[in-house]
Amino acid sequence: MLKFLISRLLQSVPVILIVVTATFFLVRAAPGGPFDEEKAVLPEVRKALEAQYKLDLPLHEQYFAYLGDLFQGDLGPSFKYPGRSVNEILASGLPITAELGFYALLIALVIGGTAGVFAALKPNTKQDYIPMTLAMVGICMPSFLLGPLLVLVFGIYLELLPIAGWGMLPGDKILPSVTLGSAYAAYVARLSRAGMLEVLSQDYIRTARAKGLPEWQVVVRHALRGGIIPVVAFLGPAFAGLLAGSFVVETIFQIPGLGRFYVQAAFNRDYTMILGTTVFLSTLIVFFNLLSDVAAAWLNPRLRAQFQGGK
Amino acid sequence: MNTLADTASPDSADTGSSLWQDAWIRLRRNKPAVGGAYVLLFLIVISLLTPWIAPYDYEVQNLDLGASPPSAQHWLGTDVFGRDLLTQIMYGGRVSLMVGFIATAVALLIGVTWGAVAGYVGGRLDAAMMRIVDILYALPFMIFIVLLMVVFGRNILLLFLAIGAVEWLTMARIMRSQVQSLRQQEFVEAAISLGLSQSAIIRRHVVPNALGPIIVYTTLTIPSVMLLEAFLSFLGLGIQPPKTSWGLLISFGAETMEEYPWLLIFPGLALTVTLFSLNFLGDGLRDALDVRGSKD
Repeated sequence: MLKFLISRLLQSVPVILIVVTATFFLVRAAPGGPFDEEKAVLPEVRKALEAQYKLDLPLHEQYFAYLGDLFQGDLGPSFKYPGRSVNEILASGLPITAELGFYALLIALVIGGTAGVFAALKPNTKQDYIPMTLAMVGICMPSFLLGPLLVLVFGIYLELLPIAGWGMLPGDKILPSVTLGSAYAAYVARLSRAGMLEVLSQDYIRTARAKGLPEWQVVVRHALRGGIIPVVAFLGPAFAGLLAGSFVVETIFQIPGLGRFYVQAAFNRDYTMILGTTVFLSTLIVFFNLLSDVAAAWLNPRLRAQFQGGK
Repeated sequence: MNTLADTASPDSADTGSSLWQDAWIRLRRNKPAVGGAYVLLFLIVISLLTPWIAPYDYEVQNLDLGASPPSAQHWLGTDVFGRDLLTQIMYGGRVSLMVGFIATAVALLIGVTWGAVAGYVGGRLDAAMMRIVDILYALPFMIFIVLLMVVFGRNILLLFLAIGAVEWLTMARIMRSQVQSLRQQEFVEAAISLGLSQSAIIRRHVVPNALGPIIVYTTLTIPSVMLLEAFLSFLGLGIQPPKTSWGLLISFGAETMEEYPWLLIFPGLALTVTLFSLNFLGDGLRDALDVRGSKD
């Protein structure tokens, strides 16, 4: 298991290096510099600015300087917000995005997982069709449509919940979390249904039933463990999706999180901010992919045996 | 995935094997899938005919009218510039569907070629090619597309390529595993011993027999590509005015939904119904062709 973990960790290094390199040169290849908008900038001022941001150095030196800074955890200054470093901006947005993502994932797992398991227990009945049809709606209803619709219904027509913000008014965290989580709840429901159906037809479940275990024990203690493997394997990619989804949800609900910063940086051509956010988010995503792979491998007895038996 | 490989013979395309007929019968029994196919066909026909059948001119504004709710003249109402919403949705649908089909075609072309070569040649080349796929898989592609759109401007062609370029990975994996299992089959050995060139074997014998999973996955890729385009357009990083797409219409609709909710609801409905149809059709095809989960 340790071997597997280490080899997966080592595999992540080139991935992150590629991300950093590709992003760096892509951003530098972009037409239009960060100081193009302020036309009134004097040549001397401009030069000083460029020197401050190391834009006067040859490209490869800039690259290595950036790598060096990065290695020390320094993502550099923001172009758009002078005096603020990318680190500071990320640090202010991360807790908010993390909280949003956590609630969304919680909704996805609890609601989606329960629906999927219940559907699998009575396949091809109402108990199966209703949640699965809802799941299909969830998959086909993108967050940028669901969000505004929820705002319209619960915020504007019914006046039940605040329509924007995060942690300012009571209940303002509900709509963003539901918006972000619903699509994943739908995927989780489908995956856990498929996983449970597969497991429930296995011999060891029949054995468990034959020895007279109550149904809930069969489901919870024996079937669930195998049945949720597809869900666990999905969590890594889901995490990447949640981050991307936070772009939209944070824009709709005006939440000052990472996603909103990223989109704003993209519009502002705030190069260091784009670069820093990309590197940061990519590292997070790679890390969570790794975690979910390891967890899925650990849950699957066959794979686990393989790791424990050498190789 | 092996039912296909086991039963389909290399000349299945000429004689029409019972497998494909069976699949067709199974598909036709699946009501949601058939419904999805009809809706899709309807949408495609409408999109093709849009320039001739659209009720109004796409660009004509009517500022006196402004945003008006659905009426006899404007079935779905008008937007803030007094433009007919139905016309806008029809033109937007052309763009959305086109992105869906073209980007999926790009993904299909790259993925199938890549996977077929890797799976067929095997050995070191295979290891190297699949390594590349693994690395690309780990990249946060959504962020990269945003980045590409920022760096190179918002150009539709680039959007096709960028989306297609990230969606080919799963296709390559599916194709490779198909080809690997097909390579072991006797009829491929026979073809090799008859002296057929490698590219001929891949084209004539391997690709046609791996079609089932590819068709299924293609049908499921189209909605995810359309969603991606709508997502980017919603953020203002995709299609740019004066062109429009469903994502862009939803984005504008969301801005003014408080006063003019129909501007959000109708484009949203169009997108959702289309995605629904494609997903139902894809699920139906998966059941009909008996393709198991394509994720691994």
